[in-house]
Amino acid sequence: MQIDLSVRNITKKFKDFIAVKSVSFDVKDGQFFSILGPSGCGKTTLLRMIAGLTEPTEGVIEIRGKSMVGIPPNKRPVNLIFQQLALFPMMNVGENIAFGLFRRGEKKTIIKKKVETILERVELSGFENKKIDQLSGGQKQRVAIARCLVLEPAVLLLDEPLGALDLKLREQMKVELKKLQAKVGTTFVYITHDQSEALVMSDFVAVMNNGEFEQIDTPQNLYNNPKTPFVAQFVGDNNTWTGRIRQCDKYIAEIETDEGHLFRTKVEDAFQTGLSVDLFLRPEAMLIQPAPNIANLNRFKVIIKSILFDGANSQLLATRPDSKKELLVALPQNRQYDYIQVNDNIEIGWNEQSGICFPRKQLP
Amino acid sequence: MKHQKRWALFFFLTPVILWLFLLIVLPHIDLLIMSFRIENDAGEMVWSLSNYAQFFEEPIYWRTFVRTAVYSILVTFLTFVIALPVALYITKVVAPRFQGFLTLLLLLPFWVSELVRVYGWMILLRESGVINHFLIKLGILNRPVEMLYNDATMILGLIYTSMLFMIVPLIAVLESLDNSLIEAAYDLGANMWTILFKIIIPHATPGIVSGSIVVFMLTLGNYLTPNLMGGKNSLWFTEQIYNQFIASFNWNQGSAFGFLLLVLSSIVVWLGLKLTRQTLRTVVK
Ligand SMILES: Nc1ncnc2c1ncn2[C@@H]1O[C@H](COP(=O)(O)OP(=O)(O)OP(=O)(O)O)[C@@H](O)[C@H]1O
Ligand SMILES: [Mg+2]
Repeated sequence: MQIDLSVRNITKKFKDFIAVKSVSFDVKDGQFFSILGPSGCGKTTLLRMIAGLTEPTEGVIEIRGKSMVGIPPNKRPVNLIFQQLALFPMMNVGENIAFGLFRRGEKKTIIKKKVETILERVELSGFENKKIDQLSGGQKQRVAIARCLVLEPAVLLLDEPLGALDLKLREQMKVELKKLQAKVGTTFVYITHDQSEALVMSDFVAVMNNGEFEQIDTPQNLYNNPKTPFVAQFVGDNNTWTGRIRQCDKYIAEIETDEGHLFRTKVEDAFQTGLSVDLFLRPEAMLIQPAPNIANLNRFKVIIKSILFDGANSQLLATRPDSKKELLVALPQNRQYDYIQVNDNIEIGWNEQSGICFPRKQLP
Repeated sequence: MKHQKRWALFFFLTPVILWLFLLIVLPHIDLLIMSFRIENDAGEMVWSLSNYAQFFEEPIYWRTFVRTAVYSILVTFLTFVIALPVALYITKVVAPRFQGFLTLLLLLPFWVSELVRVYGWMILLRESGVINHFLIKLGILNRPVEMLYNDATMILGLIYTSMLFMIVPLIAVLESLDNSLIEAAYDLGANMWTILFKIIIPHATPGIVSGSIVVFMLTLGNYLTPNLMGGKNSLWFTEQIYNQFIASFNWNQGSAFGFLLLVLSSIVVWLGLKLTRQTLRTVVK
């Protein structure tokens, strides 16, 4: 498969503040690639460098094998959908979409045809003469996408395009965008701070923090095998403990948490005794009232503090009798656990293979 | 409650209405009446159109009139062409913290009266002026030239006088232009000229039109600058009006000229609004 976009050691400094630190990645033809990170981590800066709107301090960007150094945005085969969409209010929908085609000097009749076709694609047939301020949020969204897609860019860059929409519409557009991408087959580089958007839509996700990429992986791997504490924490819900290694043999370590509890968990490396570690555990890794014959479980008793009902994402909030630390436990909605009430005392167990353990970063 | 509000409205509006009426409407009605009256052979005032007929019969009058109109439009256009890059630079290029400072620099010359500013130009440009002095010192000229009292200098002076009234509305309207629109156009393949004509100017039209109206009216009705910098051959229509009122004591003729100028400026402004498809309401906003 052809590599559409290749970014090599891209760095951006604003005076002495480093917004993007030596980022490298490749995006293959037709992939949906997401960059996920908290607000202010440098996502927009990175995307603007790919689009050519910001000059990188260091590094090379290649699109379809061609270096983009010194090529202005209006000559690059990429298009950017802005965080605020940036539709032209002085033009109607048709003129907005035709804008790029006219700049290329295409024939009027061909432009008309292309605009019609692309509007059909985004399910806005017959909207040519509408004004921008007559559109709903979701429709503006689709016009912005159509305006870029009609130019058939090698790579479409999207800067949190769903950020301005309300939750319901966002859920809907998420699925539509994914379907649209599959249909047109254009390479998408999509940035977001919403982990569910990234996980649902992408083929690959890069997690970004403080201007650096922490991990580039498939959504499944990111969730199941986070490579850094930041990824473990940022992607998905978690229970976290801090503690010390009591003993470690063959990648199963015994950890004493700061609350004084003992857990056994898998580790990536043979850690030294006494090493400070962070332990992460997904809520769904905790089994409620596990059968006594299941082996290799960390078992303990908890008191239910409250039941957080949220349909399929329901959880229990529980504490151990001798500590105040609150634990999140997934509560499957298969009616099996309907008997659980607040203040019940129940047993919880988790398999030592489900724990994710990292050495603590020494604070500088 | 409702009554009270209405009284409050009257209370605050009365001085404004009185001011408008006594100082603007009444004198104009008087001038209008005057412009239709002449003194007949017997020395009595009678109704007549001859003040207006005079304007069309005497070529010097209507030629001056047309010249004033054409030059005012030219000055308005040139002012716009010079003001747009300045306003763009202040709003889109300079770091935000310098914007206020630069705007202040633009305002500074307007703290002194027009008369002083025009004399400033005269000191620079006259035959024994600063520029001539330096050009001779540098050996570029061997004899001083008179730079004052020609059309180019007069236009320069008029542009300088009205520049601020174009830049301020332009800055206001360009500040409201989202930078991402410019970047989006750039990203979609537009070059600088397309961005200027397809994005910036359409967005700025209300500001351009309101600035142009003000500059046009100020230029058309300017007396000081054409007179001082253009000299005797400036042939500005306000001078004809002045001559009728002050030199010939023919107030009736003067009022007729005044009203012709009013009609002219109204027509040009109306045409301008029609051409740019703006309404007075959006522009005043
Ligand atoms: N022109 C600039 N000058 C100085 N600092 C800047 C500039 N642009 C961005 N930054 C800084 O770079 C960092 C990254 O900004 P960026 O806009 O890329 O964040 P982001 O990840 O897109 O955040 P968000 O999710 O909120 O949009 C921020 O701390 C920001 O303050
Ligand atoms: Mg951003």
